[in-house]
Amino acid sequence: MRYGGFSTLLYKEVLRFWKVASQTVAAPVLTALLYLLIFSHVLEGHVQVHGVPYAAFLIPGLVMMSVLQNAFANTSSSLIQSKVTGNIVFVLLPPISYLEFFAAYVLAAVVRGLVVGTGVLLATFWFAPLTFAEPWWILIFALMGGAILGSLGVIAGIWADKFDQLAAFQNFLIMPLTFLSGVFYSINSLPPFWQQVSHWNPVFYMIDGFRHGFFGVSDASPWLSLAVAGACLALLAMITLNLLKRGYKLRA
Amino acid sequence: MSAAICIQQVSKSFGSTRALDGIDLEVQQGEFFGLLGPNGAGKTTLISALAGLVRPDAGSLRVMGHDVQADYRAARRVLGVVPQELVFDPFFTVRESLKIQSGYFGIGDNDKWIDEILENLGLTSKANANMRMLSGGMKRRVLVAQALVHRPPVIVLDEPTAGVDVELRQTLWHFIRRLNEAGHTIVLTTHYLEEAENLCTRIAMLKAGRLVALDTTANLLRRFSVHSLRLRTRGAMPAELTRGGAENGGWWSLPFDGFDEVEPLLAKIRAAGCSIDDLEIGKPDLEEVFVRVMQGPQAEPVN
Ligand SMILES: Nc1ncnc2c1ncn2[C@@H]1O[C@H](COP(=O)(O)OP(=O)(O)OP(=O)(O)O)[C@@H](O)[C@H]1O
Ligand SMILES: [Mg+2]
Repeated sequence: MRYGGFSTLLYKEVLRFWKVASQTVAAPVLTALLYLLIFSHVLEGHVQVHGVPYAAFLIPGLVMMSVLQNAFANTSSSLIQSKVTGNIVFVLLPPISYLEFFAAYVLAAVVRGLVVGTGVLLATFWFAPLTFAEPWWILIFALMGGAILGSLGVIAGIWADKFDQLAAFQNFLIMPLTFLSGVFYSINSLPPFWQQVSHWNPVFYMIDGFRHGFFGVSDASPWLSLAVAGACLALLAMITLNLLKRGYKLRA
Repeated sequence: MSAAICIQQVSKSFGSTRALDGIDLEVQQGEFFGLLGPNGAGKTTLISALAGLVRPDAGSLRVMGHDVQADYRAARRVLGVVPQELVFDPFFTVRESLKIQSGYFGIGDNDKWIDEILENLGLTSKANANMRMLSGGMKRRVLVAQALVHRPPVIVLDEPTAGVDVELRQTLWHFIRRLNEAGHTIVLTTHYLEEAENLCTRIAMLKAGRLVALDTTANLLRRFSVHSLRLRTRGAMPAELTRGGAENGGWWSLPFDGFDEVEPLLAKIRAAGCSIDDLEIGKPDLEEVFVRVMQGPQAEPVN
């Protein structure tokens, strides 16, 4: 490993969540497993989506939801903790550029997302016949989704001054966006109005594209989903980099 | 040779608070420099501006010739800062913290130097302890260690001895002195003026964001402080003497300039029928200088 600001910061961020893996990895895997057990038990046999059994449909949604939520949690909670405790100075004093700062935090969030996502997949794929029709989509959307939510987590972590502000961000933005994104259902089963609303939710495209990788079918074209995810990532990265460059709330 | 620290016309306001008001200051390489001032004078703000943690509204700052904004990478590489706040990362052990900090500066294999720092700060036995488990003073030592991992030529310590026991103070100063002798420039803030007087060869005093004194420690002592005869007496002191002196808890403090003034002073007291119970000679000290400078007019000519 070549030592430098970026690689050390990435290493430190990964080590940070890995040291408390029971909270940061095991707990979200367990949560996803519980969702699967409850929802698939209630709905199995009643519902088929895109011609696949409900449990099989649900699993990729749960995996992607875990990737997204954990990527967000990683950057946002790390930053708010460092700010509140003041140890953020340890990364502000060394010669680390704002680009390195951004890349390290977001990449660590992607790693956390992938680790948890893999954990959820390993814990759940026994329960239903899962296929991997077009696996590269799986990887692309997992990476992009992790980066998008990781970046959003940087913004939230920098913006929030207190833990409850971060909780508000999480409860009023991240949770609705991820829950109302077709994790638990195909949006084609929704009334037309809510279908329209879902099409304005970028998380819908990330989950739909991710799921396309498993079944080869989806509500929207994976290319459209890729375009939406790409645009989101570009926009959020621009905003985040701008905040970091200005030192917003980090350098007085 | 560029100055270790060059601060030009630096101002910074927080809302309506003018934390720094046109500061000009140069610290030469190899100096042991003291930055003094009462609470809220702007010391930490000035150090933060130097470290890039605070962006000044006006002016420029350079460390070893590198502008802290335009050339921030080079400037930060030559600067080590011990922050005033007792901060630590609860996720890591002492050694992990130091290795990570080394990595931020691009130093991969730093074990030998880390061991040496740990040894010198009395931290060797705590190397593998988690940061959460350390006492306050131990955490303070780690903060000092973290500032030194990249062997910075310029070391700034913001109240490093606040809440620290006598033993660490001595080991810390021993170590910092050695670094100074090895060529490192040291800048120190402290509210223990004795410490500053003993260690620093030059001192700047800040008050409400302005520089109100800047001179060698010896000159400051000579200019603002005098010897004094301190005594406890029975009987009324002659009025002629008490006019220039001050009384505190039964002790009279009578200023004098040269030692040949002592005998006549004592003679006058005896002549007034006063008997002396206790007597000592007070030397000029920085505390007195500090008090006088801070009470003096704002526009004390500096530079
Ligand atoms: N981030 C900030 N936001 C608002 N005001 C600030 C901030 N940092 C410092 N100040 C104000 O700027 C002034 C200078 O503060 P500073 O911390 O530099 O003082 P100091 O000389 O280090 O004091 P002390 O000896 O107590 O450490 C104070 O009035 C302080 O309240
Ligand atoms: Mg201070």
